Amino acid sequence: MDTIAECATTRRCWPSDSLTRVPYWVYQDEANFEDEQQRIFEGPAWNFVCLEADIPNRGDYRTTHVGAMPVIVVRDADGTINAFENRCAHRGALIAFDDGGNVQNTFRCVYHAWSYDLAGNLKGIAFEHGIHGAGGMQRDIRPEGHGPRKLRTTTLYGLVFATLSAETPPIEEYLGADVLGRIRRVLKGPLRIMGRFTQSLPNNWKLYVENVKDTYHASLLHLFFGTFRITRLTQGGGVLVSSDGGHHASYTIDRADDRQSTAYREQQIRSERSDYRLADPGLLDAVDEFGDDIRLQILSVFPGFILQQIQNCLAVRQVLPRGIDRTDLHWTYFGFADDTPEMNRRRLRQQNLVGPAGYVSMEDGCVGGFVQRGIAAAGEQVSVVEMGGEGADSQATRATETSVRGFWKAYRRCMGY
Amino acid sequence: MDLLPHLVDLNADYARAIDNDELERWPDFFLDPCLYKVTTADNLAHGYESGIIYADSRGMLQDRVTALRQANIYDRQRYRHIVGLPSILARNGTELRVETPFLVVRTMRTGVMDLFATGRYLDVVPCDDERQSLRFRERLVVCDGARFDTLVALPL
Repeated sequence: MDTIAECATTRRCWPSDSLTRVPYWVYQDEANFEDEQQRIFEGPAWNFVCLEADIPNRGDYRTTHVGAMPVIVVRDADGTINAFENRCAHRGALIAFDDGGNVQNTFRCVYHAWSYDLAGNLKGIAFEHGIHGAGGMQRDIRPEGHGPRKLRTTTLYGLVFATLSAETPPIEEYLGADVLGRIRRVLKGPLRIMGRFTQSLPNNWKLYVENVKDTYHASLLHLFFGTFRITRLTQGGGVLVSSDGGHHASYTIDRADDRQSTAYREQQIRSERSDYRLADPGLLDAVDEFGDDIRLQILSVFPGFILQQIQNCLAVRQVLPRGIDRTDLHWTYFGFADDTPEMNRRRLRQQNLVGPAGYVSMEDGCVGGFVQRGIAAAGEQVSVVEMGGEGADSQATRATETSVRGFWKAYRRCMGY
Repeated sequence: MDLLPHLVDLNADYARAIDNDELERWPDFFLDPCLYKVTTADNLAHGYESGIIYADSRGMLQDRVTALRQANIYDRQRYRHIVGLPSILARNGTELRVETPFLVVRTMRTGVMDLFATGRYLDVVPCDDERQSLRFRERLVVCDGARFDTLVALPL
């Protein structure tokens, strides 16, 4: 019994100062999961909440979450964007229960018809003064004191972020110049939403974020990337990591001389299959729309935002924890308002690479579950994250786990580990 | 000519090809060019064109099968389609517009069984040549919910 008691008290100790060791309990521990809500999602972080294109007009709103907290994001009369907790001051019911819509000036809770303006201020209480002088609210009650919490919002090239903390620095400072430049590179004009899908992941949210940051696995796990030279570690490219570790951008540069490389064959790696050919190679008919030979760029913003450019397939992904071993991944596929019909078709075809049925992403959706299942009895063990050294600096290779270590650097600082 | 029995046959054979692991037959249910797309009622209502699977040629359907057989890594699994009766929405002489409800139960290697997808097929089926068996010019798989399991490997 001593062992169990000792376990309970030492559980929250990080096993090593090194960024190269990650304890498996961090994907399993309920108390840690609850702490993440306070220290990360409600902490000094910018949480992606929607695209500006989701709510173009006054009164347009979307409902989403900041970690576990339900949130309404709405376009106000002056064009600014407000965000507030989706919880009525009265009994805590959702104020808005659809995915989105338009409300003109007022949100009204369906339970007892209390109403709110577009900034989340309580504006009306049904039968506040009772009926015929009887009932009603006591005069000295100030229900607005129990109102939904308000979030600060910021916009960045059509992305909308929100934070609950007064300490979160301006988004440009939060991201750093390198990652900021990589967002600007992709979001070059007014966006056009092409579709939305939610993917239910059977694993802890951090396993998915690590997978996104893990450039080492991409061409090993995914045959599509390997054989068709969409990305291979032998191609040019690298990983940018922000100085706090939390954000990253990895990229691949097309290089004609890679076609001769035999590095994968020499390693006898499964994803090298020279006999594999597409019946309709139109899927890979990509154009260099950003004019810089970067075929693929995957970018993450701590804690749970991803911007993806895989050739001409563009998407944002929002990672929302739903439990220690359940995560919702919200995809929004997009193009630009001025896309030609040819570009639209190109994007539609290339979208086969991503999402729950994606030639590439279907495996990313599974490996998180394989880890969650694999570590079921290994809470006191650690993973080994040593590719490319021990630090979390930017590197000019993708045969590295530097941005995974960066994630843990930012995570441990937020969590106090 | 009463085309309804032929549509029922088409749907029954389509479901058998997928459910009985005869995926190589699946592209043959389509003309070339064609449109096969898996999307959601919500995307359809918004006019959003994307699909989680999108093919506008029979070659792209063949590539799906090749990828599933040779490239992609996923847990072993099986679908069972229960396809309802087709409703012919319109017939303009040379083609039919048809709506057919479906549900799919998926059983994984572990034996875990889920009600995996429900929705409707919105089809365009040319019927100008009575000697030919019916095939899809277009099959939109419109799922009722916006949420998908982490893995949608086999076609719906």
